[in-house]
Amino acid sequence: MASALLSVQQVSKSYGARKAVDGVSFQVRRGQTLGLIGPNGAGKSTTVGMICGVLRADSGSILVDGEAMGQGASAAKRKIGYVPQDLALYEDLSALENLHLFGALYGLKGALLKERCRAALELVQLADRAGDHPSTFSGGMKRRLNIAAALLHDPQLLILDEPTVGVDPQSRNAIFDTLEALQAQGRSLIYTSHYMEEVERLADHLVIIDHGKVLADETPAALYQRLPAQAALYAELGEEPSAALLAGVQAQSGVQDVARDGAALTIRLSAAVHAAAVLAWLNAQGMPLLHFATAKTSLEDIFLNLTGRSLRD
Amino acid sequence: MTALIALVRKDLLLYLNNRRALLLHLLMPVVLAAFFGSLFGGNSSAGSGKIDIGLVIQDHSTISQRIGAGLKTNSVLKVQELSEQDAQALVKKGKLAVAVVLPEGFGERAASALFGGRGKPAMPVYYDPSQSTVLAMVKGLLTQQVMQEVSAAVMGPEGSAITARQLDQVRAEAAKDPRLAPLGDFLDSFKKFQQQSAAPDTGNDSGARGMSMPYHTEDQALSSGPKYNGYAHSFAGMGVQFILFMGIDMGIGILLARRLGIWNRLQAAPVSLTTVLLGRALSGALIAMALMTAIFLCAVLVFKVQISNLPGFIGIAACFGLLTAGFGLLVAAFGKTPEAARGIASFATLILVMLGGAWVPSFIFPVWMQQVTLITPTRWAVDGLDAVTWRGLDFAVAAQSMAVQLGFALLFGALAVWKFRRDQER
Repeated sequence: MASALLSVQQVSKSYGARKAVDGVSFQVRRGQTLGLIGPNGAGKSTTVGMICGVLRADSGSILVDGEAMGQGASAAKRKIGYVPQDLALYEDLSALENLHLFGALYGLKGALLKERCRAALELVQLADRAGDHPSTFSGGMKRRLNIAAALLHDPQLLILDEPTVGVDPQSRNAIFDTLEALQAQGRSLIYTSHYMEEVERLADHLVIIDHGKVLADETPAALYQRLPAQAALYAELGEEPSAALLAGVQAQSGVQDVARDGAALTIRLSAAVHAAAVLAWLNAQGMPLLHFATAKTSLEDIFLNLTGRSLRD
Repeated sequence: MTALIALVRKDLLLYLNNRRALLLHLLMPVVLAAFFGSLFGGNSSAGSGKIDIGLVIQDHSTISQRIGAGLKTNSVLKVQELSEQDAQALVKKGKLAVAVVLPEGFGERAASALFGGRGKPAMPVYYDPSQSTVLAMVKGLLTQQVMQEVSAAVMGPEGSAITARQLDQVRAEAAKDPRLAPLGDFLDSFKKFQQQSAAPDTGNDSGARGMSMPYHTEDQALSSGPKYNGYAHSFAGMGVQFILFMGIDMGIGILLARRLGIWNRLQAAPVSLTTVLLGRALSGALIAMALMTAIFLCAVLVFKVQISNLPGFIGIAACFGLLTAGFGLLVAAFGKTPEAARGIASFATLILVMLGGAWVPSFIFPVWMQQVTLITPTRWAVDGLDAVTWRGLDFAVAAQSMAVQLGFALLFGALAVWKFRRDQER
């Protein structure tokens, strides 16, 4: 197993009487992409703030490649690239001037700074807009520039806090191209997002957090294994099913549970392969089938299973 | 050091790119200083400050004509001859501060009343109630002019008829009231004096000049520096005011950065909070110093203001720049939201500049207020700038102003850093 690049141990943070983060622990290995998920107010941003040295932890320790994280100038901070949820750009400076500033904050200067700025702009596909002000950019372009600003000092760990908020699908794809290129370079990422499909696409390890506590710290595959249902079958029937029909569906092999909403059924299955047998049984009962679809269980389902509430509650 | 320079450079670029702020902080003080400067006498070479009065001459006597001519040649009056109706209308409208009427028969009756005081003529004077100070000044000048012309007429050869009439009247009254006898004797002697003055071979015309002021003043404007220029003080005051407004904008900028998350991004970089604040303070001080220099450059080139102590001016501009930066940090540290902070800070700035003598010179304040306002840094800034411009005082005076401003800058900065650190530790 690769060594831990980031080690978060029993970290807590309170605001007055409210405990925002309560004994959170997890690790990020070199080359790993960790998805940090949780609903609004779960403690994600506070945790990220402490990892980046923006907030001071009340207790616990944070080590970045063996260096303790703290406020002020810190060797640990040089190993982290931070992409905040809010756009951290000066709209009245050009894209290049923004990058010069953030590069200089990490001690870069001269030819090296220029070269890093050029490379970062190319990576996020904004080289042709270097002289333009971010105020003239689309939301997606600003997000990409926000990422470029975090890459200049060649950090070992890149932390992205909701980096696709307010971005159109095309720009989102461009951002993902960039992040996948960084993954291919072997860089470690922490990715927080509301969008579970984004986290599923990128992350090879998940930390689920709610009410300031870590609920799960596993690979996606291990998390899915925890669920009794691995797939769902949605079936819209020609008429409302009787209680006897519902009991019949429930008795089919692989069916975990059945929920009814008028003539529509949501049937949770232990594996997707059972869907065909259930559909065949319904057909055999002479029940007209207007529409059906199958879906793999998502991180939403995992979160629901762990907390009893939706991620977007 | 690289980070600090980058932070300062960033703020300078942002300021220069913000044309609206540049316009507000540079153009507004110049426009307002030009206005206030002209009110305070401008560069005092254009003969400004004359009092406009209306003059209604209904009396065609030589005395009244001479009074009118004398008033018109007075250096502090600008006389407009009008009908009584027009004069009243202009005073009512506030277009004239004072209008003076010389009614029919005024000259003769005034001459007759010179000795004994009987039958004094009335002289109507109309005035704008908001200009009572001007009324007092005009009455003083009028008294001088009337006494001079009436006494000249009475003492001159043409005054003998008047004296003879008065003498007859006094002798008749002295028969009933013996106390008037000495006045009759005086008039008798005076009549002989008039007759002698009228003789062509005396070569003595002293009596014909009448009574005059028994002294004259020699007015000298005293300052160690160049000639007084009303614009110098106005540019100092308005410069201080609008540069402090720039300081407020600087503080609001930090509050906005905190709200938008860019502050957190700076905190995530390997630079200390002190470096970030120092960068903001240095850029703010440089901008403030550049603004003060530009404002006074305009004052020198356009309004003929003279900087009599250049090292002193540079020192005061630099210290005021640091004071502005400290003030801006204080606004950012203690302001809860940009909106609330702007309101409170603007109010505080207006009070500070008012007490600092930025609008009207502090020497106009009551004595107690002149003492109390010494606790405001703006008072020291404005007085310091006055000292190195029109007052032409030496560097020691400028150094006092610099030291006080620097003290306030350090106090504001220390308070701000303390508050920022406390917030960060929460």
